Formats: sequence, C-alpha cells, structure tokens
Amino acid sequence: MPKLKVPAPPIPEPLKPRPRRPGAPKQKPLDAAADAGAHVVDWVDERTSLSGGLRWMMFRKVPKGTNWFYTLGSATMFAFLSQAVTGVFLAMYYRPDAAGGAYESVRHINDDVFLGEFVHGMHKWGSSVMVILVFLHMARTFFFGAYKYPRELNWVIGVALLILTMAMSFTGYLLPFDQRSYWATIVGVNINGTGPLVGPYLSDFLRGGAEFGATTLSRFYAIHMMLIPGAIGALIGAHLYLVAKLGTTAPPWLKAETAEELREERA
Amino acid sequence: MNRQQKEQYLREYSTLKAQGKPFFPYAVAKDGAMACVVMLAIILMSIILGAELGPKADPTTTTYTPRPEWYFFFLFELLRVIKPPELVPLATIGVPTIAMILLFLLPFYDRGPERRPERRPVAMIAGIFTIAAMGYLTYLGASAGSPTTIEAPTPARIAALPADQRQMYEQGKQVVAQSGCLACHKIGENGNDGPGPHLTDIASRLPAQGIERTLINPTAPMPSFKKLQPEQPETFRAMVMFLGELKGDEEGGGSEGG
Repeated sequence: MPKLKVPAPPIPEPLKPRPRRPGAPKQKPLDAAADAGAHVVDWVDERTSLSGGLRWMMFRKVPKGTNWFYTLGSATMFAFLSQAVTGVFLAMYYRPDAAGGAYESVRHINDDVFLGEFVHGMHKWGSSVMVILVFLHMARTFFFGAYKYPRELNWVIGVALLILTMAMSFTGYLLPFDQRSYWATIVGVNINGTGPLVGPYLSDFLRGGAEFGATTLSRFYAIHMMLIPGAIGALIGAHLYLVAKLGTTAPPWLKAETAEELREERA
Repeated sequence: MNRQQKEQYLREYSTLKAQGKPFFPYAVAKDGAMACVVMLAIILMSIILGAELGPKADPTTTTYTPRPEWYFFFLFELLRVIKPPELVPLATIGVPTIAMILLFLLPFYDRGPERRPERRPVAMIAGIFTIAAMGYLTYLGASAGSPTTIEAPTPARIAALPADQRQMYEQGKQVVAQSGCLACHKIGENGNDGPGPHLTDIASRLPAQGIERTLINPTAPMPSFKKLQPEQPETFRAMVMFLGELKGDEEGGGSEGG
C-alpha cells in the first residue's frame, strides 16, 4: 500500500505531537491503537480522498482582525442543528391529525413523555433564537459590507435562507394545533391569498383546497419537516462552500498596507 | 466596482488572509464558545418559559385573538398601519415582496467598492432606518393587547326589547368579543384601529343581511364564520343581531335601561 504523503497541517506549537524520546519503549498498546486508527483513516481516505477537502476547509486561513461578530453565522447553523435534533425527537411522538390527534400528541409530549416539554420548549424557543441569529448575522454582513464583490452570490443564498427560516416558523406554528396556532395560521394563509396573481393559488396550495381542513395540517407538516429542512440543509452547504472558497471577510477598517507596515516594524 | 478596484480588493484581501490564522483551531474555538452560549440560551429559555399548549383548536367558537409569533409582528402591524381596504394587498404582499426583492438584489445595486461603514452614509442610513422601522412595528405589535371584552353600554332601545331578544344581544356581544374580531376591528373604545373597518356604527352603513354575508364570505384576511352558521345557528344569529344593532348611538342612551 503506498504511503500517503500529505503536507503538515499548520497546528499551533503547543498542540504539535512531540517526537519520541530516545529512551522510550518502541511500541506501547496506546501507540498500537493509534496506529490502527490511522490505518482505518488511511483506508477510507485512499478510497474517498476526503482528507484533502477537510484540510482545505479546516486549515484555510482566516484574516487577521476577525472578531466575535464573525461567529454569528456558525451560531445560526448551530441553532439550525439544534432545531433539527429536537425536531426529530418531537416527530417521534407527533401525529399530524387535524381531528384532534395532533393536539393530543403534543399534549402527550408535554405531559407524559420523559423530558418532553423540555425538548418541545427547546424547539419552540430555538426558533426564536435562530431568527434572531439570522438577523444579527445579516446585519453584520450588511454593516461590514461583506456582501460586495466577490461574495454577491453568497448574500443571495443567505437571503433565501432567511426566507426559508421564516417559512419554517410559519409552517411550524400550526403544528401544535391549539387555538393560537389555528387562528394565526388562518389569518396568515388568508393574507397570502390577497397577493396579486399567484396569491389565491398559493393559499389554495397551502390549505390543500378551498377549505382549511385535515389536508392543511399534513401539508404544513410535510413542508415543515421535509421540504424546507432539506432546502435549508442544501443551501447551508452551498453557503459554507462559498465562505470557504472566497474566504471570510476581513473587518472593513483593516487595510493590508498598514498591516504590512506593522509586520516590517516587528521584523 | 471596475476591474482595477476588483483586482485591488483581491490583492489586499489575499495579503490580509496570508497574515491571518488557520480556521482550525482559532476560529473553531470561538465558534464553539458561541455555540455553547446559544445552546445555554435555548436550554434556559426552555426551562424558564416552557412550551405551554393553549386550548385545543376549535374552528367554530374562537376564544383566541389571532396573533402570530413575535417575529412576524412587524408584518402584522404593517396591515394596521395601512388602513384603506384598496391598499391592503399592498401592505400584505406589496411591501414585503418589494422589501424581499430589494434585499435579494442588494449586492447588485450597491456596487461601490467602499466597505467601511462610516464611508457608506446612504447604506448605513437605509439600514438603520429599516432596523428602526422593524423594531418599532414589532414593539407596536408586542404592546397591543389581545382584547376579548366589549365595554360598550347596551343602548336603551335594546333594553326596551323583550327578555329573549335582550339575551340574544348580550350573547352576540360575548361571541363577538371572544371571536378575535377586536384584533382588527374597533367597537367603541375596545379593539384595534384596523386593518378592518370600525364596527361602532356598522349597522348604519350595512344592513343585517350584509353583515351576515360578510361574516360568511369575508374579505381576506378576515376569517370566515361559514362553519358556525350550520353548526351553531343560535350563536351565529346572536352575532349578526349584535352587529346589526351597532348604530353608533350607544353613547347617548347608555345606562338608561340598565
């Protein structure tokens, strides 16, 4: 098997593996285990070449001066992951049954299931947190001028993600099927219906007919847990790829010239 | 940005990037810390605020004023700010659609090379104005109560009616109060001023049949009471009767009968 030769990652000094000291025993059990692990990774990498992409993603340089505002994007993605995980657990118990099963199943989650109300609460408030983070991330991008050349396309993807997030919370609002969600959704769908040209068709599509009924709930359910999450996941992938490819922006007040002068001074 | 500006930017950026630190572990550590903060916030909110379930959805009698999730308040309030009925589609779809298109196309009409906030006055003012407007509308939406009572006094001519008619009027008043009508309509001192028209003197503008027709077949976004009529004809008649007696003269002969 050919030994794979890869350039050393730019790991900071304290984290670098130390060379074996001359007197140390040759092969300890821990080393054997590490070797076996490396062997497995090599085997997978030889067949997939994943390590190149991973290296490209993880060891790309981030410009100097990036601050805490630059963590808002990854925090949004983390909130989405939290929504996905809690959502999966809620879906294990939820039944999209407008005849009363939906409300009953949510009540069952809240009252009977172990940590049910906690996970339900995490999903419910996680949506607020995610929306706040999306807007903060967008504000950072806007005020730092980070949407300008060459990152225009990433801004467009980001706006699509914002709209999908709002659509997510609109469809999710109906699912508990209590008075609040029912009437707010009726008004929301009717508002869609006042739109020009496509308005009436859109609200008919959302309702699954001219009347608000059993189809509406299962339609919202399917949109909420299959259609939009898939689209959000795919768009996050594209968003991240472009971030890695084009690089994280530097803060706008940082100029390369002054930075170069600093380096010369230090030298 | 012309070609020269583009090249200058890319050159400058590559210098800055070369002077930077690797994503792993420096940025990852920061992102991880932020992720912990987010997780903690979500967990705390879940523990403190819970996930209360309201009363079961009931399409016939509504005791709930429809209110969206708080981050839709600004859209909801836009409906109230723009009152004339012919402009309602503009508020519901027009303004949000235009805002959405403007947002999508931002990098295509703001093409200047300048990135520093203090040197982009137009963009900054537009951005701050948008945030302030959304914040103000959200505040308006949050501070609007969910009214479920009508305090308008019973007029004298109702008090003079036979007991069963009087009872019907009171029942209608209660149903209207609890059906969320006041979220969009104003009756006397109660309810919100728009997007729906004032109902204080609706009967002097619309006959009872007209009110009935509107309840069954309303203009969006008002919900329809179509199902209520066959299922609970009493309640529906009481509702129509109460609204049909709103002639705007309640202030005058208020407490005479009661």
